[in-house]
Amino acid sequence: MNIEKLKSAHKLLCEYKYELGKIEKGYTNRTLYINVGDNTISEKPVTQLMKDKFIGGKGFGLYYLWHAVTPKTKWNDPENEIVIGSGPIGGITQYPGAGKSLVCSISPLTGMPIDSNVGGYFGPLLKFSGFDALELQGKADKDVIIFIDGNKGTITIEEAPEEAIDSHVLGEQLTEMYAENEEDKRNISVVSAGSAANHAYMGLLNFTFYDVRRKQIRLKQAGRGGIGTVFRDKHIKALVIRFAGVKGNLNNADDQGKINRTGIKLHKEIHDFDAQQCRMRQVGTANIIEVMDQYDLLPTHNYKFGAHPDTHKISSKVFTGMITQNTPDGCWYGCSLSCAKAVDHFELRTGPYKGQKVIVDGPEYENAAGLGSNCGIFDPHDVLELNFYCDTYAIDTISYGTMTAFVMECYENGIINKEITGGLELNFGNADASLEMLHQMARGEGFGKLAGLGVRNLKRIFAEQYGGDPVFLNDIGMEQKGLEFSEYMPKESLAQQGGYGLTNKGPQHDEAWLIFMDMVNNQIPTFEDKAEALHYFPMFRTWFGLNGLCKLPWNDIIPASNKHSNEPAKIPEHVQNYVDIFNGVTGKNIDKEQLIVQSERVYNFQRIFNIRMGYGKRIHDAIPYRAMGPVTVEEYLSRADRYDGQLKELVGFNPEGKTTEEKMAALRSYREDQYQKLTDAVYKRRGWTMDGVPTIEHLQAIGMDLPEVIEVVKNHL
Amino acid sequence: MIKLNNRDFEWEEGLTVQGLLDKKNYTYPKLIIKINHVLVLSEEYASTVIRDGDDVKVIHLLAGG
Ligand code: SF4
Repeated sequence: MNIEKLKSAHKLLCEYKYELGKIEKGYTNRTLYINVGDNTISEKPVTQLMKDKFIGGKGFGLYYLWHAVTPKTKWNDPENEIVIGSGPIGGITQYPGAGKSLVCSISPLTGMPIDSNVGGYFGPLLKFSGFDALELQGKADKDVIIFIDGNKGTITIEEAPEEAIDSHVLGEQLTEMYAENEEDKRNISVVSAGSAANHAYMGLLNFTFYDVRRKQIRLKQAGRGGIGTVFRDKHIKALVIRFAGVKGNLNNADDQGKINRTGIKLHKEIHDFDAQQCRMRQVGTANIIEVMDQYDLLPTHNYKFGAHPDTHKISSKVFTGMITQNTPDGCWYGCSLSCAKAVDHFELRTGPYKGQKVIVDGPEYENAAGLGSNCGIFDPHDVLELNFYCDTYAIDTISYGTMTAFVMECYENGIINKEITGGLELNFGNADASLEMLHQMARGEGFGKLAGLGVRNLKRIFAEQYGGDPVFLNDIGMEQKGLEFSEYMPKESLAQQGGYGLTNKGPQHDEAWLIFMDMVNNQIPTFEDKAEALHYFPMFRTWFGLNGLCKLPWNDIIPASNKHSNEPAKIPEHVQNYVDIFNGVTGKNIDKEQLIVQSERVYNFQRIFNIRMGYGKRIHDAIPYRAMGPVTVEEYLSRADRYDGQLKELVGFNPEGKTTEEKMAALRSYREDQYQKLTDAVYKRRGWTMDGVPTIEHLQAIGMDLPEVIEVVKNHL
Repeated sequence: MIKLNNRDFEWEEGLTVQGLLDKKNYTYPKLIIKINHVLVLSEEYASTVIRDGDDVKVIHLLAGG
């Protein structure tokens, strides 16, 4: 790697100097604005209104994005922004999971705001460099790198023609280039995309941290919604930050002792219980692969089924054997849950890096399920190879997995054929075809390029150009609002159908995961119970994104007190921890109810932002029938006892002597009606009209009645 | 007949908590189990016998993903 040569090809376009900041109670009270179109850089003050109503992180992201765009803005218009921020708690090192960055933009897949949550060091280092958030706007003519030196107080925009595009190479190049020496590499974080983000709508952003033990960079992903595609469309090759001097007290917390005490309590729980509970430190989120299979929740063959006889081949035990053990794999300092696992020295068998030995960051559960079981692929090496290439090419593994599963089902149904796919035999289980499609996506060629447009566009193209039946395509295409579903089978949990469908950004489980509470535990039997859960959990989980927090230490470790709690699903002791650390950092005095109201404001703001962009109504909350029940005879027959039983017990329909088609029709009409009733109940609980629009009274009650918000809402009431 | 998470479930003589978990294929590790509102600790699953008519709750603690 000839770094000097790469660097000598840089052309300085702009240099900006700023006063180093000071953090007070979690805020620098200043944000950074960079326009790569006209090479301007400026600072903006954080107002009291922003702090009161939007808190930080995703709240600030959505607020800035709202004011940057108009209802007509498309994802590839120069005014679209990428906003990155941490949050007031972000950057503390005493409580696990406090290093997340939140990224917001107008999505190429959905046409409305998307938010994505990512590890790596960028967000905290940005704050320590003096900024609560960063707005990127404009579009450069040629590829540029933005470099923020948080110790010197300088920011540069440099034309950078020669560096690699793919993240695993580019991240190393830039870490080497901008670190002053080996010791300094830990102070660098690089944000970059990859070659497939030049072509596909599902491009992601990689955020690095330097792994001092492996002496290599690690990649964490802001995966959902195509923000990497926006980044590349702006001709940004990378965003690099350097800040030396990370310490536990840089947030200047109001009550450091409170934060320390709360952190020690959680570290002890992780130490005492993780080995029996989730084994996050051993295998990360992949611990649930076989659990999902055993409960019929692991999507296989494009969500037709929830289990497969070959799942044991990609179980957590298999990956445990491949993941390097006994390494403190935290994606930010102080995270003793350390779930950021990796497979080292993985030898690639395909593509441009064939034969090289690389680090694969993962596999996360979603990758094993999306790239693996959902596509009928059960070889762990194939899952890892797909995982590696998705990451370095900057492709969201969830969208890729769900899109590929859809394309495979279309191929098996003859909707597309070898002529259309350019020779790719996209049967379920064909890992080579999936890999080749991914390499095509990176090269911007052939069927892979088309596939990168995502399920929503493919449904339209397959119907219009290849004569596919639009009704069938809509039934089996697992997207909603333009975003591909994440990797859980929601058919038997009405609440989770809502957890996917009644969301702001689309069917991602980060708002609510209610399958066990609903389907197994039967804790939320009525529509009202489900609606309460679909109010509380999305609001609670939104709050992580306002504060720069990771969700996992909330409920992937369970305190001893929990078994005596009357609301065990909420993990009340941990909720109180969050109240305590928020108050400890900011000096405020919120309680657990006010925590929910903080989220409610931003959640409703995002809903109204969707409405402003032409979406966000009841019609957009509909989900494909594959998410609700059996679309095909094959699916019905595979669980015939279950469905026959439900027809008798729930629907009042006697299945005796009926054809499978008749039974399917009866079940469908029942389940679709249930989803509508659930939607009614949830809208009511959330203070929305039956068309899904927040009412002015509700906005006043929660304190989100800003004039610009009311202006949008009143046209829809 | 017993109640398992408020749904009817076939009872049989000598059914233990562990036996119930096996029958239902409840393999998830983070469970809270109560019989008639009394907590059963994990080390007692194999030795705790469920009686006919008991109200059994097997709460799976995953609100995550
Ligand atoms: S739990 Fe995992 S993802 Fe969350 S902060 Fe810790 S290491 Fe990162």
